[in-house]
Amino acid sequence: MTAVKPEIGLSGSAGKMALSLTGDWFISNAPRMDKCLKSTPSPAGKDVTIDASAITAFDTFGAWLIFRLLKQMEAGAKSVSVIKLNPQLQRLVKSMSAHDVSPPAKPIEVGFVEKRLKALGWLTAAMCSHYGQLFAFIGFVLVRSIKALRHPKQFRLTSLVFHLEEVGFNALFIVGLVSFLIGAVIVNQGAIQLRQFGAEIFTVDLLAISHLREMGVLLTAILIAGRSGSAFTAEIGSMKIREEVDALQVIGLNPVDVLVLPRLMALIFIMPILTFFADLMGILGGALMAWNMLDLSFEAFFTRFRDATLMTTFYIGMIKAPFFGAIIAINGCYEGLSVTGSAENVGQHTTRSVVQSIFMVIVLDALFAMFFTAVDW
Amino acid sequence: MKSVANNIAIRIRGLMTGFDDHIVHNNLDLDVYKGEILGVVGGSGSGKSVLLKAIIGLIVPRAGTIEVLDQDMSKISLEKQGEFGSRWGVLFQDGALFSSLTVGENIQVPIRENMKLSREIMDEVTFLKLSFVGLKPEVAFKYPSDLSGGMRKRAGLARALVLDPELLFLDEPTAGLDPIGAARFDALIRELKEALGLTVFLVTHDLDTLHAVCDRVAVLYDGRIVVAGPLKDVKRFDHPWVQDYFNGPRGRVLAD
Ligand SMILES: Nc1ncnc2c1ncn2[C@@H]1O[C@H](COP(=O)(O)OP(=O)(O)OP(=O)(O)O)[C@@H](O)[C@H]1O
Ligand SMILES: [Mg+2]
Repeated sequence: MTAVKPEIGLSGSAGKMALSLTGDWFISNAPRMDKCLKSTPSPAGKDVTIDASAITAFDTFGAWLIFRLLKQMEAGAKSVSVIKLNPQLQRLVKSMSAHDVSPPAKPIEVGFVEKRLKALGWLTAAMCSHYGQLFAFIGFVLVRSIKALRHPKQFRLTSLVFHLEEVGFNALFIVGLVSFLIGAVIVNQGAIQLRQFGAEIFTVDLLAISHLREMGVLLTAILIAGRSGSAFTAEIGSMKIREEVDALQVIGLNPVDVLVLPRLMALIFIMPILTFFADLMGILGGALMAWNMLDLSFEAFFTRFRDATLMTTFYIGMIKAPFFGAIIAINGCYEGLSVTGSAENVGQHTTRSVVQSIFMVIVLDALFAMFFTAVDW
Repeated sequence: MKSVANNIAIRIRGLMTGFDDHIVHNNLDLDVYKGEILGVVGGSGSGKSVLLKAIIGLIVPRAGTIEVLDQDMSKISLEKQGEFGSRWGVLFQDGALFSSLTVGENIQVPIRENMKLSREIMDEVTFLKLSFVGLKPEVAFKYPSDLSGGMRKRAGLARALVLDPELLFLDEPTAGLDPIGAARFDALIRELKEALGLTVFLVTHDLDTLHAVCDRVAVLYDGRIVVAGPLKDVKRFDHPWVQDYFNGPRGRVLAD
């Protein structure tokens, strides 16, 4: 479509002013139309005639601008008459008076420093209330858990089994693979360093202690936070924006019972199993690396391993696992339930859920380390 | 390969669509003439929304041809598709506003994509279109999630209308609107059609809208258009579902 530029032709004599409108009054020509309107001189005290016969095409925004022109003219002129206006356009222009509302005030824009300060304030307040609410949520989940334990028949077993498969069985491959590789890397790097002192054999001790006590369970927790914690948030968050959570509530079901407890139970139950699996795979990776690098037979490796490992080392790793699982599940579900409004919000909460979970897992791990040191384990 | 009759905006022949083993449309024929408002009715789940999506190219048909403004939609190039963005406006059943943009920015998306206008003018257009659909200009600064369902629908309509497209696809525009808003919508569509000669493909369950604005009505039943024509002819059409629809307890309101 080749557009003919809209113009306002101007002519006139004493006491009279004649405007002729030509061209396509389309929204795509808006800048041009707007300029024409602004450069039209004031009609103060004159008789204005507007000739619209040469308008070749128009749309609603064009009609709006013609309406604006009329208004502008009527404000000062002695009289205004419009001639040869296409009847359809005339009707459209006339109907514009209903839409002649004054534009609203824009939300106030604040300065840069002020804006940052305000953001900082909001952030601080949000952090405080976030942790407050998170603890309240933990409390509420505990209450509902106790209730569920007292009435085990009402517990949602199907849902639990579904989540067990989702967070447990389906995660085995990635957890196993990562642990295997990390076990191999620990032995590889340990051997390079310890070889300088002729103490290669202690690589096995290094692997036993670091992997069983810390690495196995931490890696599993981090993987599960990224894999299942984020999924929990996204699932529950999407349900939240489609008002499914509200629907549960009005049907008389408690969203915590239906959505949170099965996920929480699943992670508490599955984390020790995954950790155990991660321990096994890590040791296997380490043993293979030792055999490859140190020429240490499996027999020698596992003899050394048995001597180096106290049962408590293994227990410490395993004890932490269900706690980490609980933290991840609670965080994931809490963030999911805090979603409001839009799909974008689901993304933000999912990110936050993962970052928070990993952060809290590490903090909890540090607390455990202090505790176990204090009790001399 | 121009259509023989050039007064046809949308021509559908032998359309078949489906999901997996579920056939939605089977051998469906339909013409929409230029400058008319065609109302499409049918039961819930009869495939009205799917038909609309198939026409605008969001669902690929299994068989049949769809021509929109003389363009075969199965052979459309990417550029042409972009050009169609300014020639048609679509209102989806649930509004489909972009949730990360304010209502005003949502309405400005088609403008930004197609032309370069100053902020001031874009704001002016936005306020005008909001007023068209009966929303206050302040709504422009809100996010879609802060609006009610009916308001979202109106904002979606404002976005569909912003460039005065020659083809308008509306999926249940009056569902969820109060009767005053719905009546106002009817008047708006009628007015735009008369002033600008729009072609409107209107899916609706609203008998009042059918009565007030539609030039022709097409009935979708069992995967096909069983009848299409002026409302008074369709009402007399001898088909059990059509009879139930127009002459059932709710249809009688229309009896003239
Ligand atoms: N994405 C999809 N995947 C599978 N089936 C679908 C999908 N979208 C629609 N359907 C099926 O296609 C059929 C037609 O759906 P459609 O949304 O077109 O109904 P409708 O006529 O618009 O109904 P309503 O009046 O309720 O909006 C339905 O049976 C629906 O189940
Ligand atoms: Mg539908």
